[in-house]
Amino acid sequence: MPIKRLLIANRGEIAVRIIRAAKAMGIHTIQAHSEADADMLAVRMADEAVCIGPAQAAHSYLNVDAMLEAVKSTQADAVHPGYGFMAENADFVRALEKAGITFVGPSADTIDRMGDKVAARQAAEAAGVPVVPGSKGRLDTVDDAVAVAADLGYPVMIKAAAGGGGKGIRIADSEADLRKMAPQAQAEANAAFGDGGLYLERAINAPRHIEVQIMGDGTDAVHYFERECSMQRRRQKVWEEAGASCLDEATRAHLCDTAVALAKAVGYVGAGTLEYLYDSKTKEFFFIEMNTRIQVEHPVTEMLTGSDLVQEMIHVAGGGKLRQSQQDITRSGHAIEVRLNAEDPAMQFLPFPGKVDSLRLPEGKGIRFDHFLYEGYQVPPFYDSLLGKLIVHAEDRAAAIALLITALEKLEIGGLKTTTPLHLALAHDPSVRADDFHTQWLEPWLAAGNLNATP
Amino acid sequence: MAHILSPVPGTFYTQSAPGEPLFKTPGDAIAAGDVIGLIEVMKTFIEVKAEAAGTFKEYVVENGAAIGAGEWLAEFEG
Repeated sequence: MPIKRLLIANRGEIAVRIIRAAKAMGIHTIQAHSEADADMLAVRMADEAVCIGPAQAAHSYLNVDAMLEAVKSTQADAVHPGYGFMAENADFVRALEKAGITFVGPSADTIDRMGDKVAARQAAEAAGVPVVPGSKGRLDTVDDAVAVAADLGYPVMIKAAAGGGGKGIRIADSEADLRKMAPQAQAEANAAFGDGGLYLERAINAPRHIEVQIMGDGTDAVHYFERECSMQRRRQKVWEEAGASCLDEATRAHLCDTAVALAKAVGYVGAGTLEYLYDSKTKEFFFIEMNTRIQVEHPVTEMLTGSDLVQEMIHVAGGGKLRQSQQDITRSGHAIEVRLNAEDPAMQFLPFPGKVDSLRLPEGKGIRFDHFLYEGYQVPPFYDSLLGKLIVHAEDRAAAIALLITALEKLEIGGLKTTTPLHLALAHDPSVRADDFHTQWLEPWLAAGNLNATP
Repeated sequence: MAHILSPVPGTFYTQSAPGEPLFKTPGDAIAAGDVIGLIEVMKTFIEVKAEAAGTFKEYVVENGAAIGAGEWLAEFEG
């Protein structure tokens, strides 16, 4: 049944993005917000708003009961979770399913299955997606891990079976390392996820992080090509591109086709992303995990393909069939997104919440800025530091980098420190311009003082 | 009486994790650089340190309270 009243269970820029998409589809929008977010842009833009509790996310945006109460009191017939918070909370989705409310995303069972790394890996293997050589199932003892590592060869990556967000990941170079690290990883996994299960993978040297955007309607699935997200600090992406220039056409086609095969195999509904490690030297790619949500970096794909992914996920959640067949989805040019965070890059990225005194946004062909700012807005200290995302699109990668520099120089967010200097330095860096970097590249680059060396 | 001020806005914690002991209790001797609390700001934890030696008197805000930059967090006798 098509969605009529959509509750947005999120905040910040993604809430604004969802409201714009829903309004364009003629849907009534209801913005859920904490006490600290009563003044945020999404609240001002939505048709109505509902307070769900105090500033602390645990008592508001992460509170299943409060969110369900908001759904009932506003008579919403659907919930869009954005990313983070409730986006991959199967218990929340189950409660909505029970109440007859549409969740804009996959079913609780799909979230559970893909959220368990071992189960996701088994589903991927069954669909013909290459996976990193690793343990067949979860490992519960250190001796099991040592036996598996002897087969895989060192170095090995130790991960929490229930994991996410980089928690519990360690790399062991030898059996002695593994015997020391595995119990720590188990303890950390237990503390973070209430599940001490581990699994092991072969560690790949200098990998690139490539991911494929898919969309499914429960029967059919399509891909919107791939993104390159190798520029990471503390396992958080800072700069993302579409497409991945390091791939040749045959590899790209294979990668995207296997992603669609997996989406179809699990009867996927909504927007999803399959993440891979890619070894440029051997041209091998390996599935690592699937994210069952819209992602922060979805706009680069939208710019590359000219598709509105958020509208499409709302459409399929309402029971619609995919509106584009695979051959309708084409790529043109190159897109880059950088994350503007309220942090001071010169002070070890110290968070810098504050008041937006002035705001000057870059405009023009190929420039998009997804954000939730306005002059006079007080950025609260209670949530993550993402202020907005600057996205550029041009005919090729070099032109996109040039446009990114122009746009960053025009962007002015007065009163706050932001990560703009980092992105300008990266855009001028010879390795970045030569597309020569990988997931382990940015942190040593920062540690070597490159940020300060660039004018 | 001297005060320890918050360097940033955020959420103030008087213990390193739930169930852990308080960083300081009344009467504790403190040295410059001692951690007296944590502030969570934008999902990052920043240590609040004493700038001078003295005797800890008390926290003036509760564990888990939302605080502003420059707000008084604790009192001590220098």
